[in-house]
Amino acid sequence: MTYRFSVNGAPVELEVPGMRRLLDALREDLALTGTKEGCGEGECGACSVIVDGQVVDSCLVPVCQVDGKSVTTVEGLSPHGSLDRLQQAFLEHGGAQCGICTPGMLMAGRAFIDDGGAPVEDDIREAIAGNLCRCTGYTKIIDAIAAAASPTSAAGSPAPPQSDPAA
Amino acid sequence: MPVEPPVSSPASLDEAYTVLADGNSWRPIAGGTDLMVQITGEIGPPPERVLDLWRLGELRAIALDDGALSIGALATFTDIRRSELCQEHLPALVAAASTIGAAQIQNRATLGGNVVNASPAGDSLPVLLAADAQLVLGSASGEREISATNFWPAYRQTARRPDELLLRVHIPLPRGRQIVFRKVGTRRAQAISKVVMAMSWREDGGVWRDVRLGLGSIAATPVRAFETERVLEGAAARREVADHAAATLSREIKPIDDVRSTADYRRVVAARVLHRLLRDAGGWQ
Repeated sequence: MTYRFSVNGAPVELEVPGMRRLLDALREDLALTGTKEGCGEGECGACSVIVDGQVVDSCLVPVCQVDGKSVTTVEGLSPHGSLDRLQQAFLEHGGAQCGICTPGMLMAGRAFIDDGGAPVEDDIREAIAGNLCRCTGYTKIIDAIAAAASPTSAAGSPAPPQSDPAA
Repeated sequence: MPVEPPVSSPASLDEAYTVLADGNSWRPIAGGTDLMVQITGEIGPPPERVLDLWRLGELRAIALDDGALSIGALATFTDIRRSELCQEHLPALVAAASTIGAAQIQNRATLGGNVVNASPAGDSLPVLLAADAQLVLGSASGEREISATNFWPAYRQTARRPDELLLRVHIPLPRGRQIVFRKVGTRRAQAISKVVMAMSWREDGGVWRDVRLGLGSIAATPVRAFETERVLEGAAARREVADHAAATLSREIKPIDDVRSTADYRRVVAARVLHRLLRDAGGWQ
């Protein structure tokens, strides 16, 4: 079967078995190795990509189900080499440590922001609940997403205070 | 690399029925959140052939149909969380949907997949039991309905015939019915439940009628606790009733030890969750 869909805005035509995991099609057939395989069973979120605006685990999506759809991977966040605002915020807030979870965290964060997510800590925690960071760097990841989600702060300024119970 | 079994992606229900009737063994795939783990072959033999239902948009609708809520088998848990009809008429299902996996899973996993996958830990299933849901199955020879209560005869078994597809879930909406839901897992997201429970009732002259108690993860299938329901039927949510119902439930269920929890823990927690739901409903401390 030939499957046609778009990846990071460019049309793609793949002649592969329909049950190939989108993760394998991206990494092996399209050489887009920014998307990482973690657990391979939908627990860790490392392989998160965005399909038609929704974040999904690419290890759980067969290629036959993205036919005609629009896929965005971490490479698609900076198509011209300049970092997207969320990537910039990860840099500035120390949102990446070992880096394995980072592409998935970026995609979950991007989907949250694109969906109108506000810089509210509980909402961000829920948005990345399907993404595990083994370095446990969640606080800085949340700060970075909050900074990028905030309409008032430029990506370079510190994150706004987060739902402080005393506030 | 996982195996890549042959797949057929029909564009219409009639086409899907034709494929199912061709004499081969086909495994339907909806959002794939369970089946795509099976193709790794690490948890048992992968399916031989896969029937991809994802293009059957007609199975995704959520609508009111003759006073009942009709949810298409392919409605995802994100669809259910965002559905105004579900929020208004079946908030317990919205609550259950929001406890399933996290965003990545909810964007893909479907109500129909949860039903047909027949895991005893399927988090939406106790709600369907408590809500007297009817499951509508279709095949080339027509449609039939079966109640959720009769749909899971044994571990990972369903009443679906191999030539049938689950089309939609039909949930009656009797006036005054209330449903509450509670899941206990290791953490709030991405956790498979240790105990999951939904209870429904209708208050009538100070007592409860039509009580239904659906549970998951405490038996080989999603189950109703009929004996405990009888304790609550015609009673009120008072402390003595809650004590009696909780004691009955801990005797009635037959949980097992497994990787996620122990039988003892599940027995104690199921009783305690029920007690707390009754306390909340009764408004006493």
